[in-house]
Amino acid sequence: MLSINNIEVVFDGTILVLKGVTLAAHEGKITALLGANGAGKTTTLKAISGLLAAERGAVTAGSIELDGTRLDRMAPHDIVAGGVAQVFEGRRVFDGLSVEENLLVGAHTRTNLTRIRASMEEVFSYFPILKERRGQAAGYLSGGEQQMLVIGRALMSDPQVILFDEPSLGLAPLIVENIFRIIGRLRDEGKHTILLVEQNAALALAIADHAYVMETGRIALEGPAAELRQNPEIRESYLGLNDAGARRSYRDVKRNRRRQRWLA
Amino acid sequence: MSEFDLQFTLLLVTSGLMIGMMYALIALGFVLVYKATDAINFAQGEFVMLAGLMAAVSIDTSLPFIVAVLIAIAGMIAFCFGLERVVLRQLLGRPIIAVVMATIGLAALIRGASTLSFGPGVRALPLPVSDDPLFLGPIMLPPVQMVGAGVSLVFLLGFTWFFLKTRMGVAMQAVASNQTVAMGMGINVQRYFALAWALTGIVSALGGVIWGAMLGVDNQLPLVGLKVFPVVILGGLDSVIGAVVGGLIIGVVEALAAGYFDPLVGGGTKDFVPYLLMIIVLMVRPYGLFGKRKIQRI
Repeated sequence: MLSINNIEVVFDGTILVLKGVTLAAHEGKITALLGANGAGKTTTLKAISGLLAAERGAVTAGSIELDGTRLDRMAPHDIVAGGVAQVFEGRRVFDGLSVEENLLVGAHTRTNLTRIRASMEEVFSYFPILKERRGQAAGYLSGGEQQMLVIGRALMSDPQVILFDEPSLGLAPLIVENIFRIIGRLRDEGKHTILLVEQNAALALAIADHAYVMETGRIALEGPAAELRQNPEIRESYLGLNDAGARRSYRDVKRNRRRQRWLA
Repeated sequence: MSEFDLQFTLLLVTSGLMIGMMYALIALGFVLVYKATDAINFAQGEFVMLAGLMAAVSIDTSLPFIVAVLIAIAGMIAFCFGLERVVLRQLLGRPIIAVVMATIGLAALIRGASTLSFGPGVRALPLPVSDDPLFLGPIMLPPVQMVGAGVSLVFLLGFTWFFLKTRMGVAMQAVASNQTVAMGMGINVQRYFALAWALTGIVSALGGVIWGAMLGVDNQLPLVGLKVFPVVILGGLDSVIGAVVGGLIIGVVEALAAGYFDPLVGGGTKDFVPYLLMIIVLMVRPYGLFGKRKIQRI
């Protein structure tokens, strides 16, 4: 189990970005982390993978543990070796490297070449298109293929936990559907523990087992995904749903907004 | 064109290619560091001089040549490691001008300190080969240049192979492409920075021995390093292949300028023609012949 216990993250020594975030991602489950822009979702992921230092950020309080091992004092490469892989936001492939080389870089922490080959075949079984494109420069892949490549690249480290950062961002609906089906398979077949950051709450709640909603550096809501799907505030603010057919005056919306100011 | 003219041109071109290969070797040191760490090393020429000095002083104390070369290589690796750890690591994430200024300061420091410690005189750094030129048909080949070009070629091929074919080389390319993502893949980025500097140390050591053998070791030797700039601008700052092609082009252009223009104007064209070429290339292809134009999908 990946657990985050009441962490604070400070940037530049002064800017408090996470103000006591606590969450748990259970083994073999998908845990969704929802919230608007700037709520601190990506920062939470970077705190887990140890990448805050590169942006002059630091975890100043609390702890991050994977099955009892403290991650928050470890270097990024040790965290990857310890079984946590991150799928970065915005499909950050290594442009000039081929698909195969990108995947090999993903296996950087591993040494057993036969098992690396086996992982690559596994990636190709999830994403057959990557096998066809294995010799091509990653920069010339389509957006969907690049997203598949970064997911495959994360799988190459043989991770226990996979952190997904906005896998649906900027992709066509059909491709998003495909990607999310794969994320589901990674949980069901691959037995990976998944922490999924998404802005598209409907998508995330449809696939997740448990979900957290973040707002301005705090967890505002949490619960089983099935429950949150029915939560009226979630339906209103994140799913854009309301009671079917009911017409509402602008004043109602406004009052609702005011009531939810703590949410925004 | 008469028989003599043809031979003269051929001679200039072969000589230029050999010199160019040696430029390429030094340029490689510059490119390695720029690619991996984004640092522009203005002290590359001084590295070369420092290495030449290490080798020349070792030979003066009557150590065998091969030992002197090994000392230069080991010394330069240690020097570059130290430099990376003590100075450049502190400048990570600072504006690029900070690193540039640091290396310019370092260059002056190395020049001054070596003159202070070892005197301003020229030291010979004789390669253990004969001085008699070899003749390949009509072309005359000085053995020192041939050895220099040969060693450069071997190492350029070796580094190219390392970069493209080994896991470490590919990881280094990943670091060059995107540091944060490389970190996220479990690559120890600091270690790869150190590796890049160590490789630069090796390249500088070899360059120092070769150029020291050709020109003698004194505080004018760093001027060779200045030629790195037209070479890498021509080839592209971040391209290993570009460093080779850029080196060859600059070598040939320089030789042709020396052969054809110098007699007309009384000399000196060889020293500025490469920079003229550099300015033209900057205007036409700012990223160099082989430099990274970002792959961009529209």
